Amino acid sequence: MLTYFLCLVLFCVGLYAILRKRNIIKIIIGIVICEYAINLFLILFGYKMNGRSPLYSPDQEIVSMVDPLPQALAMTAIVISLATTALLVAIAIRIYEKYGTFDITKINKLKG
Amino acid sequence: MQFIPLFIILPLGAAFLISLAGKNKTKFCDVFSVIITFALFILSLFFVFKAKMCATALIYKVGGWGLPGGIILVLDGLSIFMLTIINFIAFIINIFSINYMKRFSAKHRFYTLFMLMIAGMNGVAMTGDIFNLFVFYEIASIASYALVAFGTEKEELEASLKYTIIGVVGSLFILLGIAFLYAYTSTLNMAEIASRLAQNGINSAVIFVSILFIAGFGIKSAIVPFHAWLPDAHPAAPAPISAMLSGIFIKSLGLYTLCRIFYNVFGMNDALMHLFMFLGALSIIIGGFLALGQSDIKRLLGYSSISQVGYMVLGLGIGTPLAITGALLHLLNHSVFKSLLFLNAGSLEYATGTRNLEKLGGLRTKMPMTSATSLAASMSISGIPPFAGFFSKLLIIAACIESGYIGYGIITIIGAILTISYILKFQKYVFFGQLKETNKNIREVPILMKFSMTVLAFICIFGATLMIPKVKDYFLKPAVDSLTKGIKYTNLVSQQLYEK
Repeated sequence: MLTYFLCLVLFCVGLYAILRKRNIIKIIIGIVICEYAINLFLILFGYKMNGRSPLYSPDQEIVSMVDPLPQALAMTAIVISLATTALLVAIAIRIYEKYGTFDITKINKLKG
Repeated sequence: MQFIPLFIILPLGAAFLISLAGKNKTKFCDVFSVIITFALFILSLFFVFKAKMCATALIYKVGGWGLPGGIILVLDGLSIFMLTIINFIAFIINIFSINYMKRFSAKHRFYTLFMLMIAGMNGVAMTGDIFNLFVFYEIASIASYALVAFGTEKEELEASLKYTIIGVVGSLFILLGIAFLYAYTSTLNMAEIASRLAQNGINSAVIFVSILFIAGFGIKSAIVPFHAWLPDAHPAAPAPISAMLSGIFIKSLGLYTLCRIFYNVFGMNDALMHLFMFLGALSIIIGGFLALGQSDIKRLLGYSSISQVGYMVLGLGIGTPLAITGALLHLLNHSVFKSLLFLNAGSLEYATGTRNLEKLGGLRTKMPMTSATSLAASMSISGIPPFAGFFSKLLIIAACIESGYIGYGIITIIGAILTISYILKFQKYVFFGQLKETNKNIREVPILMKFSMTVLAFICIFGATLMIPKVKDYFLKPAVDSLTKGIKYTNLVSQQLYEK
């Protein structure tokens, strides 16, 4: 139970960074922390105490193995988060070229 | 059946080819992308008739793997309805962007991202697997984040950053929701999830997942508390992409997923219905009032999109067959007239170089085609009787009163009045009044832009023919049926899977 709670804490740390930080790079790091927390959560609920790796082999009988599907989901989620992080960093670099700062309170041409 | 994955393969393959071979070959990119989008449109029309003959859902097992491990693609009435809208609007916008995108360099990159966006949206509309839905959702979203920043000037980058951060947080919520749902039901297939949720009953975990999904998909559909990205992202994107975002993106990624998950997987209940109705009414009023005060054309139209999406959410919340018909018809009409209005805004920017309402005026004689088509779209959005928009709004208002929600009925009527007023403001400032000295020498836009605007204007005028009973059976009724069926969706899918 404690591990799940710590996973939630990690997610909240990421959310805090996204909501409260003023530097774009720190916000991006916050997003990455959130993604890690969710990947960790995916692996956690597929895990079984003393379980073995989910590989079939003809000569062995499988008694207890961890759930392989969440691991596949985590892999996919990592790839997707790579794409979004790369895009965010590229936008951040372009913003630094145009505005000369990473501070989001100084990047305020729009008023949504 | 074997044609079903073409909806994803064609645009994905086209994106790959264009990015590899399209550099410095603008003509090739133009022709090739138009051929692909036209083929997709024809394919979706083919499936409209095919589905009518089969009278059940069409199912394709990806890679031949069945349940429980495999991914399935499901084409039921609602999916085909969405696919037709997506591919038709994408085709028209592709024709428009041949001329329009000459102002930008790196046209092949534009087409690459455009094709990826279509692939993602088609995938979302037809998948039957909830994690697969997330993957396609991300493909379309990432393409749209990049397209909003396509101009790479100050405003574009800022809007894209804002949109990306909000969008990524939304997709994190969705991923967390999917993780919880898998932990609870131990399957990812939407039909299986529906049947297991029906067996196990609703508990606090399911309610938590519902809240995560409403937040996540609500961000993409720009319902009011989650709308902050839209009014910045729409003006920043190039005009064809604004038309894509407002016309089909917020509907296929936001509204379609919301109603697929809440109608067909979780099953609607009273609390959800009241939440949907409340959010819809809030969007109508707030979006309408904010649109009145804008002086940038695209920003005005962006707020108007929020307001019109409110109508659809309200209709889906009421949940009677009449209300769902109204909501889906309004979805179709909105995708046509709002794309047309954004294309008009694009041609105004193309001809005059500005989007500010106060710097325009008297363009009716200078740009007759843009003026006439935008008049058709304006009539349709404000609900003037023979135009298509009138019937969908009428259906939603009638459904409110039929189900006894008089208050919401009054709100929709106030929303309609607000719509007329901001559209009149747009028309008055741009096309009527005095011609400005700086705009003496402008000319009408090129032929392909005129062509795409004219096609959309014709649909604005004749869109109401979809309500004629014989025509309705083909297109609108299957879509409404697949929503009113609710969680019986699971029978439809599992029957087909285990028969073969």
